[in-house]
Amino acid sequence: MAKDFGIGASSKRREDKRFLTGTGRYTDDMNKPGQAYVHFLRSDMASGRINGIDIAAAEAAPGVIKVFTSRDFEAVGGVPCGWQVTDRHGEPMKEPKHPVLAEGFVRHVGDPIAAVVAETRAQARDAAELIEVDLEELPAVVNLRAAVSGGTAVHPEAPDNLCYDWDFPAESKDAVDEAIRNAHHVTVLELVNNRLVANPMEPRAAIGEYDAADDQHTLWTTSQNPHVIRLLMGAFVLGIPEHKLRVVAPDVGGGFGSKIYHYAEEAFVTLAAKVLNRPVKWTSDRGEAFMSDAHGRDHVCKVELAMDAEGHFLALRSTTLANMGAYLSTFAPCIPTWLHGTLLAGNYKTPLIFTNVRAVFTNTVPVDAYRGAGRPEATYLIERTVDKAAREMGIDPAELRRRNFITQFPYQTPVAVEYDSGDYNATLDKVLEGSDRAGFEARKAESASRGKLRGYGLAHYIEACGIAPSSLVGALGARAGLYEAATVRVNPTGSISVFTGSHSHGQGHETTFAQVVADMLGVPEDSIDIVHGDTNRVPFGMGTYGSRSLAVGGSAIVKSVDKIVAKAKKIAAHLLEAAESDITFENGQFSVQGTDKSLAWGEVCLAAYVPHKYPIETLEPGLEETSFYDPANFTYPSGAYACEVEVDPETGKVEVLSFTAADDFGNVVNPMIVEGQVHGGLAQGLGQALMEGCVYDENGQLITASFMDYAMPLAKDLPSFTVDNSACTPCTHNPLGVKGCGEAGAIGSPPALVNAVLDALSDYGIAHIDMPLTPSKVWAAIDAARPAAAAE
Amino acid sequence: MYNFDYLRPASLAEAVEAMKGEDAQAISGGQTLIPTLKARLASPSVLVDLSGLAELKGVSREGDKLAIGAATRHADVAGSEAVRSAIPALAALAGNIGDPAVRNRGTLGGSVANNDPAACYPSAALALGATIHTSAGRAIAADDFFLGMFETALEEGELVTRVDFPIPTAANYQKFEQPASRFALVGVFVARFPGGARVAITGACEGGVSRWDAAEAALSSDFSAGAVTGMAFPADALIGDIHGTPAYRANLIGVLTRRAVQACG
Ligand SMILES: Cc1cc2nc3c(=O)[nH]c(=O)nc-3n(C[C@H](O)[C@H](O)[C@H](O)COP(=O)(O)OP(=O)(O)OC[C@H]3O[C@@H](n4cnc5c(N)ncnc54)[C@H](O)[C@@H]3O)c2cc1C
Repeated sequence: MAKDFGIGASSKRREDKRFLTGTGRYTDDMNKPGQAYVHFLRSDMASGRINGIDIAAAEAAPGVIKVFTSRDFEAVGGVPCGWQVTDRHGEPMKEPKHPVLAEGFVRHVGDPIAAVVAETRAQARDAAELIEVDLEELPAVVNLRAAVSGGTAVHPEAPDNLCYDWDFPAESKDAVDEAIRNAHHVTVLELVNNRLVANPMEPRAAIGEYDAADDQHTLWTTSQNPHVIRLLMGAFVLGIPEHKLRVVAPDVGGGFGSKIYHYAEEAFVTLAAKVLNRPVKWTSDRGEAFMSDAHGRDHVCKVELAMDAEGHFLALRSTTLANMGAYLSTFAPCIPTWLHGTLLAGNYKTPLIFTNVRAVFTNTVPVDAYRGAGRPEATYLIERTVDKAAREMGIDPAELRRRNFITQFPYQTPVAVEYDSGDYNATLDKVLEGSDRAGFEARKAESASRGKLRGYGLAHYIEACGIAPSSLVGALGARAGLYEAATVRVNPTGSISVFTGSHSHGQGHETTFAQVVADMLGVPEDSIDIVHGDTNRVPFGMGTYGSRSLAVGGSAIVKSVDKIVAKAKKIAAHLLEAAESDITFENGQFSVQGTDKSLAWGEVCLAAYVPHKYPIETLEPGLEETSFYDPANFTYPSGAYACEVEVDPETGKVEVLSFTAADDFGNVVNPMIVEGQVHGGLAQGLGQALMEGCVYDENGQLITASFMDYAMPLAKDLPSFTVDNSACTPCTHNPLGVKGCGEAGAIGSPPALVNAVLDALSDYGIAHIDMPLTPSKVWAAIDAARPAAAAE
Repeated sequence: MYNFDYLRPASLAEAVEAMKGEDAQAISGGQTLIPTLKARLASPSVLVDLSGLAELKGVSREGDKLAIGAATRHADVAGSEAVRSAIPALAALAGNIGDPAVRNRGTLGGSVANNDPAACYPSAALALGATIHTSAGRAIAADDFFLGMFETALEEGELVTRVDFPIPTAANYQKFEQPASRFALVGVFVARFPGGARVAITGACEGGVSRWDAAEAALSSDFSAGAVTGMAFPADALIGDIHGTPAYRANLIGVLTRRAVQACG
């Protein structure tokens, strides 16, 4: 029988009550007494020189309090980058300044030039139209290949537009080259991982507050990690010490990575609140979000996979151009390197791997992590190449994968990481069965009778989650640790407040974390509250991204609960007049082994706070513990996905008929929430593969600047998903044995879909189509192949 | 949005009077106009709200035509028994515009007056040979009403009051959605009358909604899928954008026209 509480139970998401009844508290819901509003005047040019800004008329406009330009930010730093990549020559990456407001030049459409603070939002916007900017248009750098071929530079510091040129592992280069030269067969694939806009439902917002009485700054912001924002903004931009700066991220309506980063608008409202001595609020509208939220993906790659005659993988080589956009966003440099290069083994025992990644500045919005971050790009290039290899070698795609699967764990890959556990054959078996692979040919024939082309596609994925061992990432260039912190406070009557450094913005932590604590203590879930998102309340934590919250944040909670139990046992032993070693704790009861003497959880908690009868000489009163957990390794969720599609050859339209997922997330705390996370990930991954794509024209104008042109998947575009996580191999190095499930769906689904479509089109001899597989692109590929197919 | 005054006239006559104000603009369902205002792409001084005018609402069957008031919402057209029995293709078209929120505010009059090159209704009006009645007492044939992208024969301040749709023997609308906006990337409305067939194309033409004369001629002599199979719409005046090249749109026109004819039975 399914459990009805604690670990393994599908407890209903307690946070949904407030979200579904409109009582969630988002940043934009808050209004502070005396609040003013800021509107940013943003560049409509991709590249330009600012010859002058005339703010006189705007400053005189009704309701305007002050118009800010970069002059007002001369004393502050630029928006910092949190990761430094060292290039193949041992040089640090190029790191041009990212000013809060543009200094002399604009570098992408949406770059903020000036900021108007006024009594109302409308007045601020009206006044912004009165600002006269003498902007001289300069040639824009947009296309990645053109950017590195000489010519215009986005930043004078990087004349060739290269942020870095990175080899990994540098020592494998020659061996890989040689293996590719001598191989029986080499499959070659050039592909693009399309640029995406995260589009969380809630656009970004920020409110700055300043209390002159005690020199306290508060920033309310839509962030996935308030402590990271406090650190970056306080230390690097505004020079505010931590004890004078509070950052609160209340309810946040989705992030998908785009709300990890420290953004200029946050620094602006924080500083402006002090300058004006009143709260300043900013709320992005959707159009602004398209041109100011960090974008995702945007890689151009070439992959070569060398095989022997039986299809054993001998070597993999990839070369990638990765778009950084106009400035380095917080984690941008590490996405195409350490979160991408280290995953290039995939699920396979390819002995030799080498990649070269060149990160490129362009006159576009900064690009950073988006659900999966680097790992989807790695998975896509591997799984597309493996599929193409299967076709070229005449080996069934599932069989080719099996032949190359890693089966022994732990497994040290040739790309630095060590997988702790997994069973790739098991997930493959599950997915082949769940998707009725055996019945596919009959279904294909049925489709053909209706003039439709049916295709079946597989993909495997592996990800490195539970980010990350601090010592390891430190060696790789991270400028912060990546542990997590938790305080567990047991209140005198036995209720529990958990203060976590993780941040929930859709993941359901309030439910899942309570389940873990309830399970460990044998107390009801509703006696536990999960507190997050406020640097004045929770211990220094690194926040939520990289599917790390349960694996790292949850582990910190487990450590604190362990300490609580150990201390409570001491108190119980004293009260029960027994030896500590004779005390057992089960289902919320402390008992003396072999006797009927016991105490309830609440009695011990009360004794801790009312220490009348208490071992005061050896034990402090109170029951509150803080722990920091720094993982020993990444976690490695993996899985197998199968997608079945039908293509209308007359229109190129792809219909996703079924999608089957078999994931190994290690132990699962709340199956319903995990399923929901997979569903969301699949929707985003299929969105990327089918329809999403951020497009700039050659002048750097954003063509897909609204939902009229940027296609988001709707429910009607997706089938009902079949999700399974029974093929589970627990993580070996964290206390819960969990691996993380937030990104998997978005990582594994794009190649599964593309493989399925190309399978459907196999009679046309179409080797590849770049995502998104829009009807027009699929039709164009068919149309171009038609004469060839007809001639055969 | 910029500031504007808002008027809610009690009668059509009052509305016509209000439209004489400088920079006055009608608002019906607001599904096009409100987003335009929010993006500050329009700055009317007065908005004249037509959505409360009972005389602009409703469907009635008058002999061989359906008369639909300009302020009739898409959802009401889609759900109307009169429309469903007389011109099921028109009810289906209305029921597939946007999402429920859009259909419960957006109106027929707003759609034809706006004449978005990717909108659905204009193709129905053109293919069915509808007559657009206006507050100036004019009855304008659809062929003379739609003048080009976002352009119509309406004069300054003139309101659409009603559209009369002749009832065909058969009709079908094939909409191929633009992946992002879900408007028509290409939409083809085929209508069969005792005297011949009419075919209107939306979403594809640089000149806005257009008739396809060659297909009409072919279908008028032989109303069958075979008559239009292999026919190609000239690609030279077709829209090309990130969602489809002119060649792709030309292909869709051919495919959708054939399918529409097939669906007419
Ligand atoms: C998300 C979304 C999806 C949509 N999808 C589709 C789709 O798939 N297919 C489609 O065809 N449309 C679609 N639309 C547009 C929708 O049908 C609009 O409702 C319609 O185009 C305009 O009608 P309205 O009543 O909302 O007009 P309004 O927005 O009120 O007005 C539009 C214009 O017409 C003028 N106007 C309004 N009424 C009159 C009148 N009686 N006389 C003269 N001028 C008038 C206004 O002044 C304004 O210029 C969509 C809209 C949205 C927001």
